[in-house]
Amino acid sequence: MNYEAVIGIEVHAELSTDTKIYCSCANKFGGEINTHCCPVCTGMPGTLPVLNGKVVDYAIKAGLAMNCDINKNSKQDRKNYFYPDLPKAYQISQFDLPLCKDGYIDITVDGEKKRIGVTRIHIEEDAGKLMHDVTPDSSLIDYNRCGVPLIEIVSEPDMRSAKEAEEYLNTLKAILQYINVSDCKMQEGSLRCDVNVSVRPVGQKEYGVRSEMKNVSTFSGVLRGIDYEINRHIEILEAGGVVEQETRRWDDGKGISVSLRSKEDAHDYRYFPEPDLMPIIIADEKIEKLKNELPELPHIKRDRYMEQYGLPEYDATQLTTLKATADFFELVIAAGASPKAASNWIMGDIWRIMNEKYMLIEDLPFSAKQLADMIALIDSGTISNTAAKQVIENMFETAKDPAVIIEDLGLKQVNDESEILSIIDTVIEQNPKSIEDFKGGKGNVAGFLIGQVMRMSKGKANPQTVNKLINEKLAKL
Amino acid sequence: MKITEKEVEYVAKLARLYVSDEEKEKLTKDMSAIIEFADTLSKIDTDGVAPAAHAIPVQNVFREDVVKDSYKRDDILKNAPEKEAGCFSVPKVVE
Ligand SMILES: [Zn+2]
Repeated sequence: MNYEAVIGIEVHAELSTDTKIYCSCANKFGGEINTHCCPVCTGMPGTLPVLNGKVVDYAIKAGLAMNCDINKNSKQDRKNYFYPDLPKAYQISQFDLPLCKDGYIDITVDGEKKRIGVTRIHIEEDAGKLMHDVTPDSSLIDYNRCGVPLIEIVSEPDMRSAKEAEEYLNTLKAILQYINVSDCKMQEGSLRCDVNVSVRPVGQKEYGVRSEMKNVSTFSGVLRGIDYEINRHIEILEAGGVVEQETRRWDDGKGISVSLRSKEDAHDYRYFPEPDLMPIIIADEKIEKLKNELPELPHIKRDRYMEQYGLPEYDATQLTTLKATADFFELVIAAGASPKAASNWIMGDIWRIMNEKYMLIEDLPFSAKQLADMIALIDSGTISNTAAKQVIENMFETAKDPAVIIEDLGLKQVNDESEILSIIDTVIEQNPKSIEDFKGGKGNVAGFLIGQVMRMSKGKANPQTVNKLINEKLAKL
Repeated sequence: MKITEKEVEYVAKLARLYVSDEEKEKLTKDMSAIIEFADTLSKIDTDGVAPAAHAIPVQNVFREDVVKDSYKRDDILKNAPEKEAGCFSVPKVVE
């Protein structure tokens, strides 16, 4: 039988506010253990949480960027459960009135557009960090992360493959980074996913029984986990078994998922309105203001790059995934470079060298204007493409203007025909055999001679001119 | 609405409370009385009244996103029943 997978994803994204959600402790990764803590975020009795206004703004921005309706009347609720990473024994979250609902994200998979529904986005607090391996008989807790603001973005079960899930997550991450509400650093746990997977025979309307993988902290883990679960479900069904509705943990090292909790332990969170926190009422003016603050979003930018600059979809997608890259690219164009040349240099040599140096585009030592200048020097024939590669390498080292580097390294292209002709004559003199070969109709003699001329000119001869002159010369023989 | 002993057991389990049989019997009575009292509220005509989570008309209580000093680690750990290596320490929990 043929099966179809049904996938829904809940993404927890840490917001990049300065302070935590309900107290003024710093929201900062990597501090000394238990030094970003106060009585509020460690859940001491008698303390009063006060909501960070920026958390509301950020969540609404995320909602608007994901085409959600904003709930003008929203509240916070207690979600009750016992786990020591949560000192109050409840998490403040949102139950029936999330800040944002009914949105969507458009993704492109293999050139086809697909719309993935966003059921809701709500605000909540993160939990502390448990360490099980430090001491033999106890678990240790660092509450620095406790109370860090999160948004939970819940998708509809609209995805049908790991590939679609990958596109959804990439797009979602790009949006959050563009609107600057989360740094999305997966290695720091800023983005974590719960993944729901079920399968059903192709054509069946009803969903199959789903399993949920909690707290997957890498995109590759999500994708491998999805494929693993799809296969596991299909195997169970093919063997005539029944898939259990359960929570599982993705073990990235072993590449398997393992069952966490059995059914009889099903959670009853007993949500109720948080009595310490007042309702959140959102005015239309506020929504309008936040909407106006949104930048051009990645997929819209990508479409514009294809339309306005005539870039291929691949280039347009690559250049718009990170806002910093797109910003740099647009500055290069604004400084006069052609979009295709700018795109080729950024996605080619610049990214290669950046990778070698573990560098971000924000850290480039040279400016967009300097790159545009270099491209102009290629266009005007002052340097060859080959020489330009040396110039770029040097710009990474010295951050000097390309014109200066060309002077320093003597990379100026030789366009003068008589100068090039004299090199050609020397080369032909030194390679009498190649001329015999040519007369005998053997091999690619022109190619060989061009190579020799370029070599003798140390790459500085204009290759087009060399090509032309050599072919003229050979034609006369 | 009547509360059963089973429901008391369930709620006690969720709250991680141990209750003796005697207490269970008493709690069943008490909780039934409380719920029945709440039932009288449902007799009120609430047609056209929007549901509210709070009784007082206060909304949008926000704080500026400005960092203030946290507690010193030794101070924040003063209320910890057990501590070790700068951490709160609890009986081993492994999922
Ligand atoms: Zn705090």
